[in-house]
Amino acid sequence: MSKKELFMNPYVSWMNGSGTDGDVVLSSRVRLARNFCRIPFPNRADMAQLEKVQNLVVSVLPAIEDVTDEPFEEIVLDKLTKLEKNVLIEKHFISSNHIKNPQHRDVLISDDGKVSIMVNEEDHLRIQCMVAGLDVKTPLKLASKIDDAIEAKVDIAFDEKMGYLTSCPTNLGTGLRASVMLHLPGLVFTQQISSIINISPQLGLAVRGLYGEGTEVLGNIFQISNQLTLGFTEQELVDNLTSAVKEIIAQERRARTALKLYSMDKLEDEVWRSFGVLKYAHSLSSKEALSFLSKVRLGMDMGIIKETVPEVFNELLVASRTNYLQNLQENENMSQSEIDKKRAEIVRKALRETSIGE
Amino acid sequence: MLCDDCKKNEACVHITQISNEGKIEKNLCKDCAEKYGKLMLNTGKDFSVNDFLKGIFSNDGQQMVAESENNELAQAVCPNCGMSYRDFMHTGKIGCSVCYSTFGKRLEPLLRRIHGSSIHNGKIPQRSGGELNVRHELVLLRQKLNAHVANEEYEKAAQFRDQIRELEGQLEHKGQEADK
Repeated sequence: MSKKELFMNPYVSWMNGSGTDGDVVLSSRVRLARNFCRIPFPNRADMAQLEKVQNLVVSVLPAIEDVTDEPFEEIVLDKLTKLEKNVLIEKHFISSNHIKNPQHRDVLISDDGKVSIMVNEEDHLRIQCMVAGLDVKTPLKLASKIDDAIEAKVDIAFDEKMGYLTSCPTNLGTGLRASVMLHLPGLVFTQQISSIINISPQLGLAVRGLYGEGTEVLGNIFQISNQLTLGFTEQELVDNLTSAVKEIIAQERRARTALKLYSMDKLEDEVWRSFGVLKYAHSLSSKEALSFLSKVRLGMDMGIIKETVPEVFNELLVASRTNYLQNLQENENMSQSEIDKKRAEIVRKALRETSIGE
Repeated sequence: MLCDDCKKNEACVHITQISNEGKIEKNLCKDCAEKYGKLMLNTGKDFSVNDFLKGIFSNDGQQMVAESENNELAQAVCPNCGMSYRDFMHTGKIGCSVCYSTFGKRLEPLLRRIHGSSIHNGKIPQRSGGELNVRHELVLLRQKLNAHVANEEYEKAAQFRDQIRELEGQLEHKGQEADK
């Protein structure tokens, strides 16, 4: 993946709509927080120390490439435009926290787009691996392999009792955050989602919106992740998350069946209306687009709409984002109405190109 | 009545604030009032987990100061990054890996409060983990040994016994080297 593709291509490999339980689960990801011994954590490090971290990471990069069998692109955040930085956030390669102070902050992204390593975010290293569908084990294995490759060359901060040491005590121990991105229109429409959100903390799980901590729920997309990191093995944390997610998937499918049985007419109407708007509208706000896209995707999953393919939903999730759109036009100063017009144009085009049998 | 802030537009929002300094009355136009509204929203939005921790740290801190007059502990400073326990109370963030051993005892109750546990049970790094890996393996081997003994599979149990002896030997050897 060249740098240009990284910012211009709407396609994200771990969001291709395939994978286990792809009708409900968009993607699974694992993040490991790691720090180098003795060097102060990024929030307390000076410029020279931050640079030292960068250099250490560059020195282990060949080992990482070796173990993953993928070339990596090293991206220096300070050298990017504001739009480019935001595109990386929209594609979930970095967090919004990462660009607050962009000096000496890097991100390493693998050629297949499945690994991104944030350098000097809250911790020295945040190793992120992601795949499509429900599969937390594969990214965990990969992240652990990368962790081993780094640890073989550089001392990682670790304590016998407290485990991996992190900048924020909420990540201490395993430093592991596993999360699954779910599309739950059925549970939202049948108004059962609040019970899922209420139960999750009791199972040690957190539910959040599309862009993680503190973000709004858009397009009926939810992220569910483990809350605790200390006192459990990685396997236990991942198993707990997976079993909870499987239960949520079953509930979502039950809700969809109930919708089909009890309010098929209303559902069909909503789905087709949304499809119509996306196909013909000449101005779409970001929120509107996500809400209609969610309904159209539901329609596809339930066999109501056969005119297009599910992948288009996942692709448009990225392609309809404001910063991506603006970056594509290479224009930071677009007005809201220009952006909404462009968004509608892209959506129309994508639906036209993927339409089947018309 | 004109707006108190911009003195240009007609005031339509009237605020009365009662605080220690007494009563403050403000008459604002729509635009200026909105600015105040935004300010209030922003403070709410930026509230992060560190603000919570900050609160917990400083509550604990105050208790501690009350408990010990000389409060030597509160004066402790991390030798590696110069972070003091007071700094934690202000930022809710930890400075470096050495801080954890400097303030270890103080952090333990906090960790139990966050995670319900303060003992790591997961992955151990191969190099920096040192003897821990061996000890961890020993625990597993002993479990297997006991299982086989319980099933009266003595031949298999003997294999594990030998493996355990070998690992114990390794540990002892390392310990002696460290003593030298």
